[in-house]
Amino acid sequence: MSTTALSEDRNADPTFYLVEEDDHHHETGGGTILGFWIYLMSDALIFATLFATFGVLSTSYAGGPTPREIFELPLVALNTAILLVSSITFGFAMIAMQQGKLGGTQLWLVITALLGAAFVGIELFEFGSLIHEGATPQTSAFLSAFFTLVATHGLHVTFGIIWVGVMLVQLAQRGLHVENQRRLMCLSMFWHFLDVVWIGVFTFVYLLGVLR
Amino acid sequence: MNDATHTDAAHSHGDTHGHSFTLRGYVIGFLLSVVLTAIPFWMVMTGSFDPQATAITIIAFAVLQILVHTVSFLHLNSSSEGGWTLMAYIFTAVIVLIVISGSLWIMFHLNANMMPMSGDGGFGS
Repeated sequence: MSTTALSEDRNADPTFYLVEEDDHHHETGGGTILGFWIYLMSDALIFATLFATFGVLSTSYAGGPTPREIFELPLVALNTAILLVSSITFGFAMIAMQQGKLGGTQLWLVITALLGAAFVGIELFEFGSLIHEGATPQTSAFLSAFFTLVATHGLHVTFGIIWVGVMLVQLAQRGLHVENQRRLMCLSMFWHFLDVVWIGVFTFVYLLGVLR
Repeated sequence: MNDATHTDAAHSHGDTHGHSFTLRGYVIGFLLSVVLTAIPFWMVMTGSFDPQATAITIIAFAVLQILVHTVSFLHLNSSSEGGWTLMAYIFTAVIVLIVISGSLWIMFHLNANMMPMSGDGGFGS
């Protein structure tokens, strides 16, 4: 008796799973995209608190250097351009993914990662020269807030680069299957989100700082 | 293998249908961003404009550019995920504005009231 029940269950199971899969099919990766979006929104709140801290402390120089004395806008403009270009190269990777072109996706991801690495490299160079000039995080509340905010963004970009590396390994091993497409969509959102945060950084930290 | 690629192709069609990764969308977003980035940098680096007007302009451009990125790169629209991504975005935007403007407002007044030895009565003014 129990065997019949079991076999009936087994018969019922496939239809059940098929329905699930069909649902999944139409819903674009199930709840993953929405869940990742909500993570990004909570990350935005972290940056909001750091921006608020920087805003409050942005004129607390404690006798240390002012933004106008230490910020080099050409370097910031270069970094902004690099991050903006990396945004569209990631877009090209997503278009190649959509067309099912594995090679194109990998190529654009590599270019995006290299641009990201250049961004982080220039930022580290900037931090190095600031610290060399004596503008360390310990100098003033303004510099503490500056280093915290900008380095948090830089750390995010660093983890984005690591994630691109992981995806390149996954793509090389298993190609553009559904799971990898979903992961690439999440990574795409992460990368573009970092560019959105950088708009706030270059506007409110660098440009308004030099204006002040 | 053949089967797998077949399903993948079908999936990729279904997956990206609602997200519209078009070359045109990315290029338009990129060109708008270039303009919205270049003008603020140019205004500040030439330094030949009124600081107050420059500040207002670059903040307005930043807000515009954030919206451009959100629509053309993050593909936010009212229909994706049943509208919940848009709801979460609006909610977050409200909280971000409250946190930043609220902090600045409170701390500005706190600083004004803590002004040491100003002598001319900073409280009432």
